[in-house]
Amino acid sequence: MTPLLELVDLTKSFGGVKAVSGLSFAVNEREILGLIGPNGAGKSTVFNLISGVFRPDRGRVRFRGIDITNQPPYRVARHGLARAHQIVQPLPLMSVLENCMVGACFGQENLSLARAREAARESAVFVGLEERLATPAAQLTIAGKKRLELARALAAGPVLMLLDEVLAGLNPTEVERMTDVIRRIRGRGIAILIIEHLMQAIMGLSDRIVVLNAGQKLAEGVPEAVANDPAVIVAYLGDPAAAEALHREART
Amino acid sequence: MIGIFASLVDGVLIGSVYGLAAMGLTLIWGVMDVVNLTHGSVIVAGMFALYLLTSAFGISPYLALLPIFIAGFLFGIALYWIAVHRMIGRPPLMILLSTFSVNLVLVGIGTALWGTVLFNVPVTLPGLNVERYTFPGTHILAAVLTAVMAICLYLFLYRTRLGKALRAVASNREAAELSGIPTTRMLSVSFGLGVALAGVSGMLIATLFPFTVLAGDAYQLKSFVVVVLGGLGNPAGALVGGIALGLIEGLAAPFMPVSWTLIIEFALFVVVLIMFPRGIFAFRRS
Amino acid sequence: MTMLRRPFFWIIALVIAAFVVAPVVENDVSMRESLLLAAVYITLASNLNLMLGYAGYINFGSIVFFGLGGYVCVYLINTQAWPLALAAPAAGISVSLIAFVFGLGILRLRGAYFALATIGVNEGVQAFVQNFSPWGGASGLYLPVSIFQPLGGPMRALWIVYFLLVGVMGLSLYLSYAIKVSKFGLGLAAIGQNEDAAAVLGVPTPRYKALAYSVSAFLPAISGGLYFFKSAFIQPTDAFDLGLSTEAMVIVMLGGQGTITGAAIGAYLYEELRGWLLTSDTFANFQLVVSGALLLIIVLFVPGGLMGWIHGRWPRLKRVFE
Repeated sequence: MTPLLELVDLTKSFGGVKAVSGLSFAVNEREILGLIGPNGAGKSTVFNLISGVFRPDRGRVRFRGIDITNQPPYRVARHGLARAHQIVQPLPLMSVLENCMVGACFGQENLSLARAREAARESAVFVGLEERLATPAAQLTIAGKKRLELARALAAGPVLMLLDEVLAGLNPTEVERMTDVIRRIRGRGIAILIIEHLMQAIMGLSDRIVVLNAGQKLAEGVPEAVANDPAVIVAYLGDPAAAEALHREART
Repeated sequence: MIGIFASLVDGVLIGSVYGLAAMGLTLIWGVMDVVNLTHGSVIVAGMFALYLLTSAFGISPYLALLPIFIAGFLFGIALYWIAVHRMIGRPPLMILLSTFSVNLVLVGIGTALWGTVLFNVPVTLPGLNVERYTFPGTHILAAVLTAVMAICLYLFLYRTRLGKALRAVASNREAAELSGIPTTRMLSVSFGLGVALAGVSGMLIATLFPFTVLAGDAYQLKSFVVVVLGGLGNPAGALVGGIALGLIEGLAAPFMPVSWTLIIEFALFVVVLIMFPRGIFAFRRS
Repeated sequence: MTMLRRPFFWIIALVIAAFVVAPVVENDVSMRESLLLAAVYITLASNLNLMLGYAGYINFGSIVFFGLGGYVCVYLINTQAWPLALAAPAAGISVSLIAFVFGLGILRLRGAYFALATIGVNEGVQAFVQNFSPWGGASGLYLPVSIFQPLGGPMRALWIVYFLLVGVMGLSLYLSYAIKVSKFGLGLAAIGQNEDAAAVLGVPTPRYKALAYSVSAFLPAISGGLYFFKSAFIQPTDAFDLGLSTEAMVIVMLGGQGTITGAAIGAYLYEELRGWLLTSDTFANFQLVVSGALLLIIVLFVPGGLMGWIHGRWPRLKRVFE
């Protein structure tokens, strides 16, 4: 079975600093792959390389068998890859519905305006924004904006979603609701590559985990194995809170 | 007789003043990511300030430098509070329009007061005679004063607390804010400084060439070319870029009608930007 | 078509009808002339809106389309003996194509740099025309009165050209409306809100921007062709007058960027203001100052312009007056 997304020897430097170095891993269909690592490990850079915002210095990115390595972001989106950003990027003066319509119109589905409106409404309801369809995106709370990122990505009808710290800054109730939404997204057959700092959440969600440290892959495997990996624990020593959370996960 | 060599040296002298003008523009760009479309008008204001001070008050031209600098600084701060402060954080389109509209007002006032007639500030200085060539004293003194001001700017930015604070705001405004730097004050200071530099460069240009109220556009364009040549946000690069532009103009002048100079500069501006979106030697790395 | 059911469609039709009927009924030539100028302003403003209001790109040099269209049309009629009916559309198409090619290049620049590059395009074209003798160079081209013969003589020709210009104005209003409610318009709006996010969402940004730039050239070019044909004289300083594109910008911002009604109302208000200024002794010289001050006030305090303010207070009206 060919993987859905393949990263092969991906390398990217910024002015002499290697942000990502020789990174290779794959995401399979319908799986949730968690990408973790201490701060500055290069995780968001990986997302930028996949979605076409940056061009790698070396290496290739293959999606559904197609080499998408140097393609611009809008071409990548057309292939069926959608993204929710870490720093939310709403289209501020457009309503929630209109935001999602953009996703529906220009994503893989490439829908007409009328059908896009339906798909947009459906996605907005799916993430729980049905009360806010006409609200301008700038007026949403942070949690609302995060959910909009998800809805917008969902409306495109993607095959793979890149979720970049969608749980950051949310209170426990919101975290639980969001996690539930993510599970239901997978339930629709969409694969997910997720970056997250909330250790409990990401360990619970992911089928497999890839650990990144200083731009290189440190470990890969099922959550329990990774949580017990001594190299991983050492890497997190610079991040005591995360190390502790990891430790808790390892025990369970 | 002027040969190619003299033409080049003269180009360096004049180009340094272009660099001074561009330093003002690039400083504002670097610190607050604002493209100041009043830049040309301020240069012209500097020219007219010199004219007024010398003709109405009979002050010796180069003594006007400090008063013009101070006046420019205060004017820049006023401009910041009128047109720029409210616009920080708004879409870049809007800041562009706000400085553009102030520019319209300034040019309008200028044409209402002085029409579109040619003005001149006569400055007599002994020139430098090297073999067969004569280098005008005004050109030499302008370049020397530019060098002095560039050094002062460097010392200010790298050796004073205020300068360091400005650089901190330029590289990361949020972090600067969090470390207790009063960013709004820094933004207004940098705008004032940028405008002051532009005004003084106008004063120096007035000692070199005659001018009209509408001359601002041409010098603003030259400043933009210099900024992209030298790197957005990089004052040292602006000086180097200015000299480069002066050299290019010196080389091209015998071969090309004057009306095409601007077109070539525009083309240069567009082409360089398309190839190097952050300028050739960019300072900010965001 | 669903457009016919929307009330705004009929509002535009009403405006066009007013332009057509009023000077005919009154048989007033000076009214026709000032309405003609208004129609040109509305054409320029509503097409400028495609770049400025929808995609968020400032085109300082938008007048280049008007001027170049004028030159192409006048040249074809004068030197190649083309009839107006062919020359005007040809002007539109050729200028659009040129704009598309230029656009692909300069639209790689963002924000201020694009804005300045558009000035460069205008100045460059102007300099070229000034040195291009087949087009009259710096002194311009005069058209003989004989060009009005196919239209039935000068008096009739002026009326015909007026109606054609009103037609172009109407097309501009309908075009900007049609784009606004289309998928293309949604993409442009997304680009205007956040270009990078739009690209990640799949909006083909380079293609859309170039298309918007080229489409925004088409009707102004035809309008320029008609205008300079009627004037029977064209010269570079008139054809490529940056002041006109500045006025178009003030009109768009005054009326409300991104709205279609805004272009029309803005043009009307601006025309009135200008007329008052020119007749008042104190302010005749201050036209530029007033435009600038007006623009500054709008940008600082009412960035949505008149229609933006109206839509804010009475949201229901958004559906009716786009």
